[in-house]
Amino acid sequence: MNFNLYEYLPALAGGILIGLASVLLLWSNGRIAGISGISGGLFGAPSGERLWRLLFVAGLMLGALLWIALSGHPLKIEPQAGVGLTLLGGLLVGYGTRLGNGCTSGHGVCGLSRRSPRSLAAVLIFMFCAGVTVFVIRHVLGVSP
Amino acid sequence: MNRYLGVIASSILFGLGLAMSSMIDPARVIGFLDVAGHWDPTLAFVMGGAVLVGLPLFPLVLRRERPLLEPRFRLPATTAIDRRLIAGAAIFGIGWGMVGICPGPGFAGLVSGVPLIALFVVAMLAGMGVYRVLHRQ
Repeated sequence: MNFNLYEYLPALAGGILIGLASVLLLWSNGRIAGISGISGGLFGAPSGERLWRLLFVAGLMLGALLWIALSGHPLKIEPQAGVGLTLLGGLLVGYGTRLGNGCTSGHGVCGLSRRSPRSLAAVLIFMFCAGVTVFVIRHVLGVSP
Repeated sequence: MNRYLGVIASSILFGLGLAMSSMIDPARVIGFLDVAGHWDPTLAFVMGGAVLVGLPLFPLVLRRERPLLEPRFRLPATTAIDRRLIAGAAIFGIGWGMVGICPGPGFAGLVSGVPLIALFVVAMLAGMGVYRVLHRQ
């Protein structure tokens, strides 16, 4: 177990920003800040429903760039999977979030904030399945990055 | 134009939060999910912090008659915990466990220029496309 004050404060502060961002979108536009729902609707949505989704995805990237500028460091990103696993995992994330109507943001942040039992069920299921998957890959198959 | 101000402000704040919290780093996410290894609990503070803010403020916002910039609130109508939800959440969880990236960090992480992040986003969008083809509404 690795518990580090220096690392959990930015996590808490970043989480609070994500929460505020979700509250802001609901307050200003009446919409749920669920990234899979927003991006999944990019294709096939009526044209009046497309621009705001595109802007939201672009804003996520701008926000990350803003953090690079503010912190003065490049983003720390260490991929944990190779090409094959990344392709398969990406497909499952895309398909699964559409089938289950949400991901970490839509069900996790917004759903729990709305006290939705459906979202709580989704969060428990995807956390459990993700934990089991990591366990199998790391400790049963013995694959490490 | 006005309508988009909320979208732009919210999404930039969201991306900033993702990057600041290190939710954007698959190594941290897998470290959090790997409870049998060197468990790294810090990402619990990300969702904890977000829900800490959302729990009191969501009901406060929803008490209003309408949002500021659009005519009405658009909330999910489904409340059933059905097979679709269970299967979808399970499939998402398995994919998330494989790579340690979920949709928000995928998009925000694109600016790092790491090729595997771009590959993940392309595969994720393809998965969403497969869903559309299989479940054409």
